[in-house]
Amino acid sequence: MSRTVLAIGTRKGCFVAESDEGRRDWQLRGPFCEGWPVYHAIVDSNGTLFAAAASEWHGSAIWRSKDLGETWTHSSQGLEYEDGRRISKVSVLSARHDRVLVGVEMPGVFESTDDGDTWAVKTTLEGQPGFGEWDDPANQPPGHLGMSAVFEDADDKNHWWAIVQGVGLWETTDDAKTWTPRNRGLRADWPREHEEIGFCVHKVARGADGVRMFQQNHVGMHRSDDAGQSWTEITEGLPTEFGFAAAAHPHDKDTFHVIPLDPGHGRVMPDGKACVWRTEDAGSSWQRSDKGLPQENAFVGVLREGMANDTYDVPGYYFGTSTGQLFASNDDAQSWTEIAGYLPPISSVEVAILD
Amino acid sequence: MADVHLPMTLTPLFAGLPRRVELDAPTVDEAITQLEERFPGLRDRLCELGHQQLRPHIHVYVDRTRAQLDTPIDERSRVDVIAAISGG
Repeated sequence: MSRTVLAIGTRKGCFVAESDEGRRDWQLRGPFCEGWPVYHAIVDSNGTLFAAAASEWHGSAIWRSKDLGETWTHSSQGLEYEDGRRISKVSVLSARHDRVLVGVEMPGVFESTDDGDTWAVKTTLEGQPGFGEWDDPANQPPGHLGMSAVFEDADDKNHWWAIVQGVGLWETTDDAKTWTPRNRGLRADWPREHEEIGFCVHKVARGADGVRMFQQNHVGMHRSDDAGQSWTEITEGLPTEFGFAAAAHPHDKDTFHVIPLDPGHGRVMPDGKACVWRTEDAGSSWQRSDKGLPQENAFVGVLREGMANDTYDVPGYYFGTSTGQLFASNDDAQSWTEIAGYLPPISSVEVAILD
Repeated sequence: MADVHLPMTLTPLFAGLPRRVELDAPTVDEAITQLEERFPGLRDRLCELGHQQLRPHIHVYVDRTRAQLDTPIDERSRVDVIAAISGG
């Protein structure tokens, strides 16, 4: 019997929720990481938990647990720029190919090849268009995450992508030696100094075939049919063009889920009705998935890493809100149940299936 | 021996680290170095930018006066390390 494990990053530490293949009953544990703000927590294929956390007092560190939260260590050895630029937070993790990558702010990616004991700079995307400008603290909004996403190809260690918040998406096929901006066709409702960058990419999810991609942008949902080489907007049919979280179906490349939010200061689900929106035709049409979700006075938001899916034959989906509710679906997003209702504000939800 | 008081946010991060420790160190920097030798990784939690300065919200006082890494410590000094300002 497989174990289904959720790693939940919150404003006040990391939590773990565990169930079996049925995903009906959940046991919640935590808070871990001494209550540090956890921006992203993941479980790798060996069952090791990593949490990217940044204490306002004690700085940034990557926490690690090899027993699903029973015991923890933390390290920031090497997690520092030599040129004096300050790392204000560690934002996003990826653990594949016998290494761990962490995206940080100021923008850069650090790598650990010893299971998180020590870290070294992997890339800052130096030399890319606009590099000096996005590194300028004066250009960074509050809460800036810098390198807000890092995601890797499952088979090819050299092939991965990185997002610089408010700037754009990049691809490398030689393990960060060279980079190519992948923002062609994206919408931007503001002047841009460089043709290839200046796009506010919130979240990219890869489709089941490894070629299809979906993107929640600051302005619009977008789809790519050529692995990010070009993008087409697919916002029509959604209640807003704005949102953060997204999740692709693990077996059907045309099915994808997104959580639209009001785009102003509120950034909560429209009309107080909690809802995940689903397309089964690659964005040509959208349907509400709200069975089991609160439909009145539910002014909840979901952040960039706040939604995940597992890979069972009938996949499960999970999302956590910035007001501490954790919802799950064990029936391919046909219905939802609340796992937890009173967690701290949730930054991230990730899921792993462990044997 | 200087009487060093550590913040409650620091001690859970290192097994066996007490809230209060006696050290024979000439400066704040040397006191942190001695703690680092016993509790590897501790300097990272108090210092930044190549360990050349205290983190912004870590305040150190030597005999009730705000101190920096190069501030001298007497053998009878009281040293308070404070996790300051942040929270909520």
